[in-house]
Amino acid sequence: MSQLASTSSTQPQSFKTRLDRWRRTPIFYPLIGFIVVFIAMALINDNFLTGSNIANLVRQSSIIAIIAVGMSLAILTGGIDLSVGPVMALSGTVMAGLMVAGVPPSLAIILGLLLGAAFGAFNGVFVAFVGMPPIIVTLATMGIARGLGLIYTGGYPISGLPDSFAFFGRGSLAGIEVPILIMIAVYALGYVLLSHTATGRYLYAIGGNEEATRLSGIRVSRYKLLVYTLSGTTAAIAGLILTSRLMSGQPNAGVGFELDAIAAVVLGGTAITGGRGMILGTLVGAMLLGVLNNGLNLMGVSPYLQTVIKGLIILLAIYISRKRSP
Amino acid sequence: MTPLLSLRHISKSFPGVKALQNVSLDIHAGEVHALLGENGAGKSTLMKILCGIYRQDEGEIIIDGKSCDFHGYQDALDAGIGIIFQEFSLIPYLDAVDNIFLGREKRNRLGLRDRRGMIAEAQRLFERLKVTIPLDCPIVELSVADQQFIEIAKALSLDARILVLDEPTATLTPSEADHLFTIMRELRKQEVGMVFISHHMDEIFTICDRVTVMRDGEKVDDCDTASTTPDDLIEKMVGRRVENLFPKRRCDADYDDVVLDIEALRLDPDGPEYSLKLHRGEILGFAGLVGSGRTELAMGLIGATRPVHAKVSMEGKPIKLRHPATALKQGIGLLPESRKTQGLILPFSCRDNISLNNLKQFQGALPLIKRRQESRTAADLMDSVRVKAPSPETPVGNLSGGNQQKVVIARWLGHQCKVLIFDEPTRGIDVGAKSEIYALMKELTAQGVSIIMISSELPEILGLCDRVEVFYQGEIAAELEGENINSQSIMHHATGGLSA
Repeated sequence: MSQLASTSSTQPQSFKTRLDRWRRTPIFYPLIGFIVVFIAMALINDNFLTGSNIANLVRQSSIIAIIAVGMSLAILTGGIDLSVGPVMALSGTVMAGLMVAGVPPSLAIILGLLLGAAFGAFNGVFVAFVGMPPIIVTLATMGIARGLGLIYTGGYPISGLPDSFAFFGRGSLAGIEVPILIMIAVYALGYVLLSHTATGRYLYAIGGNEEATRLSGIRVSRYKLLVYTLSGTTAAIAGLILTSRLMSGQPNAGVGFELDAIAAVVLGGTAITGGRGMILGTLVGAMLLGVLNNGLNLMGVSPYLQTVIKGLIILLAIYISRKRSP
Repeated sequence: MTPLLSLRHISKSFPGVKALQNVSLDIHAGEVHALLGENGAGKSTLMKILCGIYRQDEGEIIIDGKSCDFHGYQDALDAGIGIIFQEFSLIPYLDAVDNIFLGREKRNRLGLRDRRGMIAEAQRLFERLKVTIPLDCPIVELSVADQQFIEIAKALSLDARILVLDEPTATLTPSEADHLFTIMRELRKQEVGMVFISHHMDEIFTICDRVTVMRDGEKVDDCDTASTTPDDLIEKMVGRRVENLFPKRRCDADYDDVVLDIEALRLDPDGPEYSLKLHRGEILGFAGLVGSGRTELAMGLIGATRPVHAKVSMEGKPIKLRHPATALKQGIGLLPESRKTQGLILPFSCRDNISLNNLKQFQGALPLIKRRQESRTAADLMDSVRVKAPSPETPVGNLSGGNQQKVVIARWLGHQCKVLIFDEPTRGIDVGAKSEIYALMKELTAQGVSIIMISSELPEILGLCDRVEVFYQGEIAAELEGENINSQSIMHHATGGLSA
């Protein structure tokens, strides 16, 4: 009898504490927002909740979602990377150019990814070792990367890529499209890095209190260098998918992608001042943006009005996140 | 003669602390009144009540014979009180004129800024102070002294008749301080009443007419400076001992075993060369006034700022001071002065704060953290320093100051450090947690850890340290041992030795 009484009194409490713990994780509100928007879109449009539309939506979102992984790292450490769009375009066109010049696709891809990483490291050196503000550094290199891509291509798209290269943008494995698989892999790696390694913990710590982290004996500069290198790398991976999807290297691709990636990170519950956030939140944020784009398109909302709606939603998300942060 | 300002029987409590108890203070027109006391004696609280930032629990503020009721800073300004904080409140990229008239710019008939009128007014103010300061130069380009004079001019432009100067000379060179005193004498002639807070005995006897000594939130004495001596004041300031706050005196130091040998260390090319030895199990105190160079030396010792020249050895082997990470590898750790800005990652849980620089030890073959092992170790460390928290997952920001400090200590206990530097370990911590931290420090020395303790609280230095280095203006003014460690001699050396 007494046992029964005790279980019935602890049961609801443990549910409540579990809910409370859930609500404190940075992913809680983004997930609620995503579910609300998703259901709303499904109710408004008959064509929304179909297998092919959802697959479309996820694939279309995958490029921003991948870039947003690197952006999450930068923002978590209290920085930002504005150069991701041009770095994506530069890496993609260089891959295309190398393949057209006869370099085997696998080698061209590796070189393209290395270029993205190197460009990210270039950002990282100025941020971490020269100590310049990330927003200024990446604003400057944003122009540099875009210019280099245009110089390299002469301003024209590079086409005539080998058919085998189409695999990364158009192929599928076990019934799932390759861009989606790559996205899942990048998020899995990002999750392990942030949640299960010492490096990940240091990145949160740097965003939470850089000075305290340094005084605790952690080489903050090295980790910041790593963050921007990884951000350049994820931009280059996005470049690989885009170039393969279009089967051409587009020097003007990715205009405004940095803003979408930042939006995905913020919508995903990461504090813009750093120190708090979850990589899976960013995935939710990117998918939320994808659902909005897709749903508004299906509704036939004018693209001009769409940008207004997206902007308002981002403002709302930041307003909510400010209210609940201590 | 009725005083210009009279504080009567002021009391003020904060949760758990009686900050002020029945303090009275009279300031007359044309008087410079020194307010003297150790850190935590209640000077700042009293001044914050005077300028409306805090409200007293009991007592009243009387200006010109009228009782005042301040609800905020603005009320105090309106009543003619000007306060020059240690941190200036000037806008760095505006010039002197714009700063003085910020928020109450003069306007001409068109409603535009009357720049000419403001310049004329500013010039009148500077003439009144007998200073010449360029009027149209962004104040960042001016010296600290000039900025301070602009602050004073600003206060006067608000018709301040009572000026509070909170450690105004802390950041000034001796000749700049002399200039400040000239200005203060000028203001004295103009019947302004001034409260002057300083730890420097020589300054108090140079410029002040009267002095009030505070200790533990109470007024100990007030008298004319002409009728007292520095030694007298120091004794009143330091007063009684809190013997039971400290663990039983016991020296764990092994003077045959030098752990850290700083043969020569220079932080900047023009700076002094430091040299000192730290023995196994010893607590070496760094005493001195705020800003006397103790923290800077500590930062140099862990390589947080890179010394220009360093010949330092650890247990006989030369070491390099390049980065806190190399210091950590050598077994040197620093618990910084400011828990919140330099010590803790506030959004982190206790566990994450404690394991921050020990994470590598929870890795297996793969570079992944074994969470369970991490939590267990953190919980053990929390127990060993007696952190009072619901669980290791509790956000560290929810803890009290004392428990937060214990979390920082726990972080370093995970490392088997040979040398730990405690910078102001008990600042802002209640008495109970203080004595627990003292006990912890003695436990550490019993295990053979050597400790450098930077402290501005004399009782702490006296109660714990085996030897004491006294700092004055960036240099080690004296090294005291045994019998020579007493408040008189520490204050004597820390204030420049004038009282001898």
